[in-house]
Amino acid sequence: MQILTGMKGALIGSVIAAAAIIAAPFYVDLFQIMQLTVFAAMAVLALSLGFIWGYGGILCFGQTSFFGLGAYAYAVSAINFGDSTPAILLAILVPVVFAALLGYFMIYGGISDVYLGVITLTVSLILFNLVNSTAGDFYKIGEARLGGFNGIPGVPTFNLPGNPGYILTPEQAWMVTGIALILVYLGLRVLIASSFGRIIIAIRENETRAALLGYDPRIYKLITFMIGGAIAGFAGALYVNWGAFVSPTIFALGLSAQIIIWVIIGGRGTLIGPVIGCLLLQWMVTEIGAQQALDANFILGAILIIFVLLVPKGIAPTLRDLALSRLGRGETAPPEARVKVKT
Amino acid sequence: MSAPLLQTSGLTIRFGGVTAVDQVDFTLREAELRCLIGPNGAGKSTFFKLLTGQLPPTEGHVHLRGQDISGARPHEIARQGVGIKTQVPNVFNALSVQENLWIAARHKHTPTFATELTDKILTQLRLTGIANKEVGQLAHGQRQWVEIGTVLAGEPELILLDEPAAGMTHEEVERTAELILEINKSRALIVVEHDMQFIKMIARTVTVLHQGAVLIEDDVARVLEDARVRDVYLGKGLAA
Ligand SMILES: Nc1ncnc2c1ncn2[C@@H]1O[C@H](COP(=O)(O)OP(=O)(O)O)[C@@H](O)[C@H]1O
Ligand SMILES: [Mg+2]
Repeated sequence: MQILTGMKGALIGSVIAAAAIIAAPFYVDLFQIMQLTVFAAMAVLALSLGFIWGYGGILCFGQTSFFGLGAYAYAVSAINFGDSTPAILLAILVPVVFAALLGYFMIYGGISDVYLGVITLTVSLILFNLVNSTAGDFYKIGEARLGGFNGIPGVPTFNLPGNPGYILTPEQAWMVTGIALILVYLGLRVLIASSFGRIIIAIRENETRAALLGYDPRIYKLITFMIGGAIAGFAGALYVNWGAFVSPTIFALGLSAQIIIWVIIGGRGTLIGPVIGCLLLQWMVTEIGAQQALDANFILGAILIIFVLLVPKGIAPTLRDLALSRLGRGETAPPEARVKVKT
Repeated sequence: MSAPLLQTSGLTIRFGGVTAVDQVDFTLREAELRCLIGPNGAGKSTFFKLLTGQLPPTEGHVHLRGQDISGARPHEIARQGVGIKTQVPNVFNALSVQENLWIAARHKHTPTFATELTDKILTQLRLTGIANKEVGQLAHGQRQWVEIGTVLAGEPELILLDEPAAGMTHEEVERTAELILEINKSRALIVVEHDMQFIKMIARTVTVLHQGAVLIEDDVARVLEDARVRDVYLGKGLAA
């Protein structure tokens, strides 16, 4: 069990998952590959919130701000450069700078956790309205017309780095997205196991104690917030690559709420939880949408309520607790399981 | 002559109408052990909060080795070498005992050295047996020890302990007293405590706070005989 939950387990699991990702195109059809691609892109977004909320204790209600900024930054730069590589970098950089400014104002301004939630939500709505009102020829960045509520169609998708002429096939784009998800996951695992990770968890547990030991909670929170912004922005690029299209709905309230639901259901304080929650719920919503007998939002709400009442810790931590108690271990759970979230 | 380790001048904080700490002039020498007593609500914990930057003073100053630290933030003061065990335990509940201490040690040291220092303190405090236990699940007395261990792991030069013996068994109280004397061989301490038996075990100089102000500051024997101190503590068992 220790091995399955420790770093080794994460590596073994990742290698298996990577093999499955590469093998998938041989076993499932193109339509399903496309669907898996968008699921994986969203799972990266789920990881961004899973990290800052679950480990940094920062409940950001507007994680779509960074997702959307990343998506637009990618679309605009890809159209202008005709090359996806610098566009992906900008899709990370623009949200990071935005997160730095917004985070500095909130965290160094001493705004409470609740207001942080409200402000981030408001910011995402402002961005929605701003981008929504950019219809017409006037709103252009270089070659790229922002297009207001119509969005930006025909965005160039990923090409081989250094070779803009070679556009990835949908199967290759799937592999890139799936592997990117794994790499983000592993990167965060390493980060959490590092001193920085231990310290942000400590700050989440007791900010006063951390400060009394000499750690400035503000800088740690700000960096955590920026890392979340970077990952969400990267997810935005993956998302646009999937659909070759971006519109202001990317900033909309519905998605902000969904990300939070993914994390709650999958399990805060773990990384695999948000990924599981995201994949599971997206799959369910797609299935429900396909048969059209039930309303997806209704089902989503019902699932959330059931989880909050019956499985408050979420899927991943609950499964781990079960496994540990089966093994009858008296000691504490491994670090990732032990890390809990105050609500 | 060099500046004293800690000196407050006219230190005051008001909460609305309440003056919780009132014009306190307090001096602590290098490596001194001072006991701070006073009835409930005398302002002892608030005084500690002023020293550690958890509250900004309304008036007055705090100097640490001659440097004005009034109004500095808690992490800045901590970096100057001040460590505190607060009255209400401040620990990392979801982390293990070992991790609590390690986080403290890591601030000054590399991860490897932090681990070594943590092991040393765990042994010193006899916490090795529960090193992997989650702190949130420990009894109050044990949590106190963990917090003391955390403070030690930060290697401060001045240690403030706010009611370190609260909630401990008699045997634990004795060990705490021994530990304080042990720590005092190399570091300065201010200890706030209610338990007079405990004070008698460790005290040399005692400062008595009453309604935010210093009532008396003297040798322990004289303080405990003082009529005003008896009055202040009346019905609190000091006379016994
Ligand atoms: N944050 C605060 N707001 C208002 N009053 C406070 C606050 N903190 C302490 N006090 C008041 O200051 C006085 C001193 O409290 P405290 O320092 O906790 O006393 P002690 O630790 O000596 O028991 C008490 O009257 C208390 O009610
Ligand atoms: Mg007190």
